[in-house]
Amino acid sequence: MGFPLEAKTKDLWVFIETQNGKDGAARNVGLELLNPGRRLADGQGGKLVAVVIGDGCDEAVKESVAYGADKVIVLDAPVYNHYTTEAYTAAFVHLIEKDCPTSILMGASNLGRDLGPRVAARVRTGLTADCTALDLDDSGNVAWTRPAFGGNLMATILCPDHRPQIGTCRPGVFKKTEADESRTAEIVKDDYAFPAEDVRVKLLEVITDEAAEKVDLEGAEIIVSGGRGVGGPEGFEPVRALANALGGVTGASRASVDAGWIPHAHQVGQTGKTVGPKLYVACGISGAIQHLAGMSGSDTIVCVNKDADAPIFNVADFGVVGNLFEVLPVLTELVNKNKG
Amino acid sequence: MDYKFNSMEQDIIDMLEDFCVNEVKPLAAELDEQERFPVETLEKLSEMGMMGMYIPEEYGGAGLSYNSYTAANEIFNKYCASTGCMFEVHGSLVTWPLLTYGSEEQKQKYLPKMASGEMLGAFGLTEAGAGSDAAGTKTVAEDKGDHYLLNGTKVFITNGYYAGLYLVFAMTDKDKGTKGISAFLVEKGWEGFSFGTKEKKMGIHGTSTYELVFEDVKVPKENLLGKLGEGFKIAMSTLDGGRISIAAQGVGIAQGALNELMPVIKARKQFGRSISSFQNTQFKCAEMQTEIDAARLLVYRASQMHQDHEHCVKEASMAKYYATKTANEVTRMCLQLAGGIGYTREYPFERFMRDAKITEIYEGTNEIQRIIIAGEMGVR
Amino acid sequence: MSRDIKIILLNNRGKSEMNMLVCIKQVPDTTEIKINPETNTLIRDGVPSIVNPFDAYALECAARVKDKNPDSKIVVISMGPEQAKVALKECLSVGGDKAFLVTDRKFGGSDTLATSYILSQAIAKLEETEGKFDLIFCGKQAIDGDTAQVGPEIAEQKDYPQVTYAFEVFAEEEGKVKVKKEVEDGFEMLELPTPAVITVTKPDYEPRYATIKTKMAANKAKIDNLTSEDFEVDATQAGLKGSPTKVKKTFTPPVKSGGIVIKEETNEDSAKKLYEMLADKNII
Repeated sequence: MGFPLEAKTKDLWVFIETQNGKDGAARNVGLELLNPGRRLADGQGGKLVAVVIGDGCDEAVKESVAYGADKVIVLDAPVYNHYTTEAYTAAFVHLIEKDCPTSILMGASNLGRDLGPRVAARVRTGLTADCTALDLDDSGNVAWTRPAFGGNLMATILCPDHRPQIGTCRPGVFKKTEADESRTAEIVKDDYAFPAEDVRVKLLEVITDEAAEKVDLEGAEIIVSGGRGVGGPEGFEPVRALANALGGVTGASRASVDAGWIPHAHQVGQTGKTVGPKLYVACGISGAIQHLAGMSGSDTIVCVNKDADAPIFNVADFGVVGNLFEVLPVLTELVNKNKG
Repeated sequence: MDYKFNSMEQDIIDMLEDFCVNEVKPLAAELDEQERFPVETLEKLSEMGMMGMYIPEEYGGAGLSYNSYTAANEIFNKYCASTGCMFEVHGSLVTWPLLTYGSEEQKQKYLPKMASGEMLGAFGLTEAGAGSDAAGTKTVAEDKGDHYLLNGTKVFITNGYYAGLYLVFAMTDKDKGTKGISAFLVEKGWEGFSFGTKEKKMGIHGTSTYELVFEDVKVPKENLLGKLGEGFKIAMSTLDGGRISIAAQGVGIAQGALNELMPVIKARKQFGRSISSFQNTQFKCAEMQTEIDAARLLVYRASQMHQDHEHCVKEASMAKYYATKTANEVTRMCLQLAGGIGYTREYPFERFMRDAKITEIYEGTNEIQRIIIAGEMGVR
Repeated sequence: MSRDIKIILLNNRGKSEMNMLVCIKQVPDTTEIKINPETNTLIRDGVPSIVNPFDAYALECAARVKDKNPDSKIVVISMGPEQAKVALKECLSVGGDKAFLVTDRKFGGSDTLATSYILSQAIAKLEETEGKFDLIFCGKQAIDGDTAQVGPEIAEQKDYPQVTYAFEVFAEEEGKVKVKKEVEDGFEMLELPTPAVITVTKPDYEPRYATIKTKMAANKAKIDNLTSEDFEVDATQAGLKGSPTKVKKTFTPPVKSGGIVIKEETNEDSAKKLYEMLADKNII
């Protein structure tokens, strides 16, 4: 096949990741992308198509429809049960070659960042990673806007002459629309199954650290984070206490992770996770731009910091100037007292 | 004359600076607070080959210049004077005399272990009744035919306990005064060699300062360093070089404190403006940096002369006197400009100030330095 | 059996010498970058250039494979201007055995796809003299661009299997490796045949320090250039022209104006006021 490809439709595809072993439900990031996808597809004059790849993924198909897809392309086979670069790349490229869309959105999750560049390189097209804003330019190209240099600079990227144009977006950057269970859509099943024996990377073992607490920052609705100001590992206690009281997750800044006070899995920011909770409480975090890049999409930002000049106050909706070790326990107590 | 390093030396200096920012600086307050010797830093420096940086390659060292060693002394002390002190005693007070006065056998036996960090060095000259006045040395080494029998007590010994090799000065002929002093290489673990009390000090809390106790310690004849009765000469010439390192320590402490002050005066506001916008602050900073640079020039002049094996007794003393005086003035002023927070232990200024004080005292008090300078000038 | 032969046999058991390539990028230290508020441009003056931290982890990951299999070799390459040799020398002091700089004006302006194409071509050329690489390492992403694309795109260009977000690599048998990969909720242990591409995330170990000796050797090392004259490059796939993506514009992120500042007499009062305000707005 000659490259670059020509678009066969004006459609926009959104890749829906499925959660293996969880009744094949969709992961949030794909459903989130249906929201900006709707706007772009309409602008392009094409359909909003969800691409679901998995093993037993009826639930993900249903969700895709409820969250706005006009059409769902489904690849459902045992070989897609656990994500592998090779099977998913081949599957995706098979679909593209068959029915090349104008644009494709993927989540900038670990999976999407593994799959996206592989697909883009195979069909020799451009990929823009980690977008935070999506628009259309005058000629109908997607204008992909993304942070660079640790969030110090924003760049808008075009992919004018290659199709499909592909971009990935960080989880939490866009919000899901309200689900509408009454929606219907065209469901197209494709039976392409990558031969399992051709998968070169074999999964030997899944290592789940039982002792480690589960840190689902990206899915959290409330995050309470600690930074350099907590002073040491034990300084995270009041931070955790507040997170627990609020039913949230404990986050951390790079400084506190680098100091070894808390594992990297908790890190929010450029080299950690990008989050978009309803409430983000930053405790003892000065607000380096790398941290802001990871949490400024939160609905409400609260900060507690001794230093009134800290840059975190510029992004906070509510900023408390004070000692976190005195503020947090009082706040935690009030939250616990007024529960239920 | 400011010393210009070649690209190789500059690479090593940059590497050490980087290491200190990542490994030495974060530990400084903890060592001070807990009065703890930086065992882990010593281990890392040993792996890097830093403990033998100016030992010639044929003895397992890196063969770098004495000036790079001087630079290293300055760098350590910008971040932690205790770590700097450990490094300086090893390099100036044990490595150097061993290189200069050691027999080929002694050098072959000990220098590779000093270079690899397997053996840390310590310098045992001072006694309760003999500090600047070495003639009062009470420790004796008696000739027993095939060995010397060492008896006595040394005090204020830096790297005590953690060192593997101790350069110990003892009387071999009481009637000859300072000419009756000899130098011995004593290994840790020899029978009769034990440690007395650990000193509690005002500053440099991370150095381990111990009393050394010798009770009938058998020192093999081949462990006499230099000739019999040469001990005082060895001690004095060793201290000449040591003074350059202490001077570099002073420059490092002063520069370290001033560097720490910069963000504080910019961030801290009084009367609605940053402290740094007051002319008093600006003048003080200008004065301090000028004094530090002046001291640094004196240090590198002496270091260059020492590297070239020129007579630099006066220059070393001048550098030591001026740089350590500057360290004390600068650290005091930095604390003052930092104000109330400068007095708290949350900031490093009080530690810099406490650490600076010793530099005016050890390896020859600054009063002794003035005597040496005047003597070299012929003012008697 | 003589003692020497025995030792050789013992050494061979379970060992796998790896010919490894590490791709690195010299980047400005983004933690030091500032924006000129008047021109809205990056102030790069005085901002130190460093080896991209994830590439340093990749090199350390390779160096750990070599620690266990001392006959292994580590070649380091970078694409960039002459100045990137400083970064390559840095790598030579912490595990690299040899380094090459891929540099040419024609390569300027390359996006990730073009970069991966050029690097793949350069790697093919290098393999003529350095032997086929068993493992090609990259950092999971560079901190200036944060795209995380070049590694997987090299893998695609070479049709190699890949593991992204690698934490540690175990080379215990010939022709294959085990890789511990970081996933959202823990780790996976994967096995794959070589040659392969591995992109490395932040592991729980720190890169080693240089020693005086390795630093001095790196200072003296000669780094050869690989230009478009040394290997085959299809001009339609390299540089600005060969890049599907184009930068339309750059701008500084809009600064959000600050919100409500709470500073009561006591911390306790501040906490109470914050609680009231959040509760009032049904945020908690």
